[in-house]
Formats: sequence, structure tokens, C-alpha cells
Amino acid sequence: MDQQLFDRFKKCAVDVLAVDAGKVLLEAKFKEDLGSDSLDLVEFVMALEEEFGISVPESDLEGVDTVGKAFDLVTSKVS
Amino acid sequence: MQGAGHRVAITGYGVVAPCGIGKQNFWKGLLGPGLSGSHTVEIENWDATPYFAGPKELRRADRCEQYALAAAHEALTQSGDLPYDRGRIGTIFGTGIGGLRTLEGQVEVRVAKGKERVSPFLVPMMMSNASGAAISMRHGFRGPAETICTACAAATHALGYAARQISWGMCDAVISGGSESAATITAVAGFENMTALSTSMVSKPFDATRDGFIFGEGAAVFVLERLDLAIKRGAKILGEIVGAGSNADAHHITAPSPGGVGAAACMQLALTDADLSPQDIKQVNAHGTSTPLNDAAEAQAVSKIFGKTYPPMTSIKGVTGHPLGAAGALEAAAVLLSFEHQLIPPTANTTVVDSEMAIDVVIGKPREWEPGPTISNNFGFGGHNGSIIISPYLD
Repeated sequence: MDQQLFDRFKKCAVDVLAVDAGKVLLEAKFKEDLGSDSLDLVEFVMALEEEFGISVPESDLEGVDTVGKAFDLVTSKVS
Repeated sequence: MQGAGHRVAITGYGVVAPCGIGKQNFWKGLLGPGLSGSHTVEIENWDATPYFAGPKELRRADRCEQYALAAAHEALTQSGDLPYDRGRIGTIFGTGIGGLRTLEGQVEVRVAKGKERVSPFLVPMMMSNASGAAISMRHGFRGPAETICTACAAATHALGYAARQISWGMCDAVISGGSESAATITAVAGFENMTALSTSMVSKPFDATRDGFIFGEGAAVFVLERLDLAIKRGAKILGEIVGAGSNADAHHITAPSPGGVGAAACMQLALTDADLSPQDIKQVNAHGTSTPLNDAAEAQAVSKIFGKTYPPMTSIKGVTGHPLGAAGALEAAAVLLSFEHQLIPPTANTTVVDSEMAIDVVIGKPREWEPGPTISNNFGFGGHNGSIIISPYLD
């Protein structure tokens, strides 16, 4: 895992979802573990798009319910 | 108040205004210097963090809603727990505009970065019913939650309608009031270009040299309860809403009807609703925006109703500026404070009352009085008129 990339990812989560950095673990579930609802995630994805200069269409978000899956998605777009 | 015979008590209120956060600070502000030197007056160093669970929740509330929640917190702290079925506690709120700061900010985002960057929270933050909805959700009040948007008459209409819900037996308690925070660059330009703002940048209601208003903001929130239920639970009764009137000029989008006939008819509706005669009214808390047309029409309306035995009249807008839809709420708070302190606050900045007006404007210093029924007027663009009569509680 690219730690530098993950740190930037984590900072977005901390800022937008207002969660402690320690909670942003790969296995963390957005809804259950981070208390995020669907609008929270829309805002989070927008922050990621801005941070990484990527575009994430809604169709790509199907089934993305954990930090790890979201980070994989970002990684695939960046590289 | 006409209805099913229930009297309407006020058992708590809270205020957020540029001249003071919290009702007693607000009162000190009302006795302080008037506004000058700017087209706007806004709350400085506003800290909303005590009123939200965390930074995420705070970020997702427009200032208009932040003020409303803060004032509601003070009001409900004072009233204490309302021991009623949550389905019989309503939230009838007023705002002229709503989350305009959010809308303006997001338009800037859209222009600069494209529509993909517009916040998913734009809609729930800008909608004008957001403040009332937030109060209802925060406290679990599941009775009617409706927002009245009649420009600068909104909070007066909200208070009147809220009281009506109780007088008719539809609710046991209603949270009411108004909030506004809309002085964005674009909104200020709009008011300036329509020549509503004071060119001399001084708010001086009813003064011979008045030339427009100063754009203000703020919120005040009230806990209204059925009087007998409030007494039964041992609540302190701060006052009663004894009458309300609402009508329309049906004349012009911004100018009041000639001679203030609409405003006079509205005050008469409130008097009839309260079963009071003009002589029973001991104070007029005026709309008094400091615009040439509004103040002239209101003075004519007051003369029509009260004739030559007019009660003292004051406008707090020399200090508060004009907070649009929150005006009636800040003014109702000023009326309750004038009961408590047995003083009518002066109309700040006003030194020479327009000689065309046959009214008794309180100027210079606060005036001692024996608190009695007080009528509060507010008028909105669109020809909306609202009057409520608030009385000290006499058992």
C-alpha cells in the first residue's frame, strides 16, 4: 500500500466525515464504523476527486462500503 | 385570542443578535448606541460550536439555522422540559430568505470549479424551512412544523399562527420565532440598487432625515404554551400573546399602501382578535425600518388607529438594523424585555421626529412605563402585514 497516498486519503476522511484518524482503517465500514450516511459519502467522494484530480462516476461506487474498497478505487484511478 | 378559549403563554425565549447574544446582552445592546457607518450589521466572532454535536453537523447548517438553534437552546433552557405528547408540540417558524449564504457560496463553487463540485448539502442548507426543521428534529417535536416566508413580516406571522395553533387546541406547545442571516454581497447589492439601504449609513427610524435601513441579521425563538398547562406544570409565565392580525395591501411589491391603510387594518384585526380597544395598548413596537416610505405609512396607520391619544412608540432598528424575516422575533423579545425592565428602549439615532407624523416616538433615553398590552407590527415586501399583541401576564 502506498502510505503517502493513504495519508492523503485519510486526511480527506478526517476533514469531511469528521472522524478520528485512528478510525480510518482499511476494514472500517463507512456506515457502521464511521457513522456516515449517503450524503456524507457524496461529499467525501467529491473531496477525493478534488484531492487526487480524479473523476469517480456514481457507477464505480457500487458496493464500495469500506475504507479499503474506496482506497482501492482511488488507487486504480490515480495510477 | 380567538379560538377554542385557550390562552397562550410565553414561557421561554432566546436571542442571537449583533448587539448581544442572549436576551440580557441583547437588552443592554438595545440601550446602547445606534448603528452607523456601514450598510450592514452582522454578528462578530460567532461561535456555533456549543450548539452542534461536532464540526460535521455544524458545517452542514447555514448561519440562519445556526442562529435559530442557538436561540432555541436558550428558550428551551428557560422554559424547562415540556411534559406534553411530542406530537402536540409544534414548530412554527419564520424567515424571509433562508440559507442565502450557502447558495451564494455554492454558486461561486459552481462557477469556479464546475457543477460536479456543488455540495450535496446545498439544498438542505439553503431551503428556507431548514431552521424550523432543525429545531423540530433536534428536540423531537413531532407536531406541525411549518415555516412562514412573508419577507420582513415572517416572524410576526409565525408567532401569530403559532399562538393560534394553541388557542384552537391543536397544540399544547409551539416553538416559534424567526431567523435570518442573508447579508451576502449579492443581496446587499440588490437592496442597495433598489435604494432601500441608508445612503448615509445611519438607521434612524421616524427621523426627519431618515434615508433607508441598515441590513441586519439574528434570531429569536419563543416557547409558547397553553396557559393553563404551563401554570399546572409550574412554569414561569413571561407574557401572553393575546391577539394577532394578518392581511395584505394588495397594492405594490415593495411600496406600502398609501396612507398606511393596510397596516391600520392589520392592527385593527389584532385588536379585535384580542378583544381590546386602542386605549388598552400601552406601547407600539414599530416596524420602523428607517426607510422614508415605510415609516411614513406606519405613522399614518398608527394615527388612524389611535387618534390623538397615542401610546409611546419605539423602533429597535436604530440598534438592530433590519434583520428581515427575523425582525418580528427580535421585536417580540424586546417587548418581553421592556416588561421585565419596565423601560421602553429608545429609538436609537433618531433626534428629530418627522414633523408630518403625529406619534410619540421614544427617543434619547429609555422611558419608564407600567407594562401593558403592546402591539408589534411588521410589514414585508409583497404587501404582507402582521401585528401581534403581547401582554404582561396578569392572573
